[in-house]
Amino acid sequence: MASAVTTPPPVMGEKDAPEKLSLIERLKKGDEIAYLVTFASALSIILVTCLLVQHLWVDSAVARHAFGWKFLGSSTWDPVNDQFGALPFIYGTVLTSMLALLMAVPVGFGAAIFLAELAPRKISNVLTFMIELLAAVPSVIYGLLGIFVMLPLLRDYVVPVLQKAFGFLPIFKGVFYGVSYFSASCVLAIMIVPFIVSISREVLLAVPQAQREAMMALGATKWDVTWKSVVPYAQRGMIGSIFLALARALGETMAVTMVIGNVPQIKAMLLAPGYTIAAVIANEFTEATGDLYVGALIELALVLFAVTMIINALARLLMLGMKSQETAH
Amino acid sequence: MSDSRRSKQKSYPPTYKKVINVFMLSLTGIAALLVVSVLLFILGYLIWNGARSLNLNFFTKLPVPVGEQGGGMANAIVGSGKLLLLASMIGIPIGLLGGVYLAEFGKGPFSLAVRYTADLLNGVPSIVIGIFVYGLIVLPQHHFSTFAGGVALGIMMIPIALRSTDEFLRAVPNTLREGGLALGASKAQTVVTVIIPAAMQGIVTGIMLNLARVAGETAPLLFTAFGNQFWSSGWSGPTASLPVMIFNYAISPYEDWHRQAWAAGFVLLTGIFLTNIAARLLVSGGRARAGH
Amino acid sequence: MSTTPSLFDLKKLHHARSARFGDPEPVDPTPTAQFTVADMNFFYGDFHALHDLNLQLPEMRVTGLIGPSGCGKSTFLRTLNRMYETIPRTRVTGSIRFGQSDLLEFSPTLLRRRVGMVFQKPSPFPKSIFDNIAYGLRVNNLCKSRDLKNKVEECLRRAALWDEVKDKLHESAFSLSGGQQQRLCIARALAVEPDVLLLDEPCSALDPIATAKIEDLIFDLRRSCTIIIVTHNMLQAARISDYVGFFLQGKLIEFDAARKMFQFPSNKLTEDYITGRFG
Repeated sequence: MASAVTTPPPVMGEKDAPEKLSLIERLKKGDEIAYLVTFASALSIILVTCLLVQHLWVDSAVARHAFGWKFLGSSTWDPVNDQFGALPFIYGTVLTSMLALLMAVPVGFGAAIFLAELAPRKISNVLTFMIELLAAVPSVIYGLLGIFVMLPLLRDYVVPVLQKAFGFLPIFKGVFYGVSYFSASCVLAIMIVPFIVSISREVLLAVPQAQREAMMALGATKWDVTWKSVVPYAQRGMIGSIFLALARALGETMAVTMVIGNVPQIKAMLLAPGYTIAAVIANEFTEATGDLYVGALIELALVLFAVTMIINALARLLMLGMKSQETAH
Repeated sequence: MSDSRRSKQKSYPPTYKKVINVFMLSLTGIAALLVVSVLLFILGYLIWNGARSLNLNFFTKLPVPVGEQGGGMANAIVGSGKLLLLASMIGIPIGLLGGVYLAEFGKGPFSLAVRYTADLLNGVPSIVIGIFVYGLIVLPQHHFSTFAGGVALGIMMIPIALRSTDEFLRAVPNTLREGGLALGASKAQTVVTVIIPAAMQGIVTGIMLNLARVAGETAPLLFTAFGNQFWSSGWSGPTASLPVMIFNYAISPYEDWHRQAWAAGFVLLTGIFLTNIAARLLVSGGRARAGH
Repeated sequence: MSTTPSLFDLKKLHHARSARFGDPEPVDPTPTAQFTVADMNFFYGDFHALHDLNLQLPEMRVTGLIGPSGCGKSTFLRTLNRMYETIPRTRVTGSIRFGQSDLLEFSPTLLRRRVGMVFQKPSPFPKSIFDNIAYGLRVNNLCKSRDLKNKVEECLRRAALWDEVKDKLHESAFSLSGGQQQRLCIARALAVEPDVLLLDEPCSALDPIATAKIEDLIFDLRRSCTIIIVTHNMLQAARISDYVGFFLQGKLIEFDAARKMFQFPSNKLTEDYITGRFG
């Protein structure tokens, strides 16, 4: 299309030559350096992680070649005779984590619903902050309280009641000395509740008001609105919080090792002592003699790494799905 | 006539629904109360049990053999301090600069890979990090060291510093970036002189929370810094740290050591809580100042 | 010229300038070209935003760019100081010359020092008023630290802001009102002494009083600096522009001296837009 300009053509004047920065000035301006430095930092994170995986893989080679896949299925843990099997630890890890979830999820969801839907905003914020402080308590302090507060509590009050009521069930049989799968699960439950509460509360708060209003207009009670409309909308995020809490529980070391008893066995009795992957590594690594012993422990670390990685990835997928659900609406 | 009509009218919603409503909502309130009371209990118990075991010796003396009185955890306090210092020097720059890259320079698959890897590293159980640094540093050096412990904690700090810097930088409005560029500043200059200062408050609180989290970590130190009954000079020897001392003392059979574990737990938790509260106050104070 | 009644009386536009600023002094009819745009096309990814632009923007004059929303005038403005380069997947074909040299031959940071920009939403830096003005000077090493205070005062006087802020130079820029913040942004842009000032709807977020103050400022600046202002307010364009370009759907429909455009527009589309038949 032809130009629409109608002014008389201007006279071209003299102008300076185009200015460019010299090399020194460009360096001073810093764009190239900044890019390199920040890029290197970002890259180093990937490098460190790759190095970590490589170390786990290589340092466990001795054990992997010796035992193969049977490692995961064998329940013998005999350092003296160089026989190592991961099953007792996998069992203990999964059992305590699942039990902890069983106890923590209802309480966590309940608290999250209260904080998101019922409590006035100011109170909700204060209480949420306090619950987030719980997440900041180090594992070893939970262990400290576990040994000296929780174990006596369980031994003197809770377990007798449990055994009276449910003693006929095999899981509650046996003598209770304090350290056990059950104690560890209780401590773990307390440790993971804050994560469930904090994430679920955020997810519930993000549910658009329109969802609630639609149901309220039909005359539903507050609980109905919450349980039938808000929670289903937020369910992906809430389930994601369960996965994240699970990943935390699987990797917990100190509090667990202080109250679980550290006995490599597989028992259906919850009141018996047990062992988890993280606990056995913490306890035996510095005293492990012989390459196979060390290799077996590192292989356990590899297993733990792989499992937590998968669960975290699942959690992330769920939360991602939650985000796209939000934008679709 | 009106009587029969009135008796035929039902209340809506039906009574049983109302009962369930009150019941379930009360349950949620109880759940919330339960969780909060756990916090209060922990705090209270530690204050009561730990504070009364505190004395000057705790802060100034070295541990003494079992049976003797007057021991303390001075070396553990200093040790934790050294470990956190080294961890900050490793974790904060890498995390911060990486966060700057993600927020200001990066695009495409590499950024995605970095973010995903950081999340991955964040989710690695701390004991696995300990094993990693053991193989990386302790084994080749043939001895435990403060340096190894600091590296382990530093690696744990990186992903959190990265994500927090990334988020706070991206929260700075783009108009500030354009404003800086339009005045002839280079991208690097704009980031350093305008964007980072604008996000500084968030970055600082992120660092505080990061430190608070890492200060309580025990597992990664078990095979790196290991522990020490005496002072550890420099960075190449094993060192005591508060969390590891708490662990060792708590599982011991000695009453006096249990007492000291409570004192140490109190000191550690107080430090962590105060840092968290300070960080929270910084954020809300800043928001008030910016006129939100 | 149409004879049907229209929303804007063309005469009213024609007299808007003299009504506000008094009789305009005679203007040199042959200004030099500051920017020469030839066959320029602009793409956001696959979207063809600007089509075959050919025009010359005069030096030391106020050029107003008008047109309905989304017609590409802001996009065009950002090609003049290469700000589009901060957005990914943008592409420019054709040529833009700044003076005699192609725009791409300049280093972007140096170019932007000579071609300044003020944005629609007043965005001072979260620093003090003083540091905002001093920013461009510091970052480009333009003056010694002992001269800084004087330079800052000079800029603030030029922007007619000095009296209002002289007692609170070290307070946060956010303590100013919206209009004051925008004048601060203009002062900040002027600090580096640009040859050209690009203004992207600078008054659209401001109240009428603040708008009037900024129009006064532009009027005062017009002979010391080339000004190119994007505006959706036609009366504003009529008040302050020497030249006007009318954009529609990414094309330049007409470019002419303001007095001519607002009295005898050559293109029917221009006339329709100016008289309010659309947009």
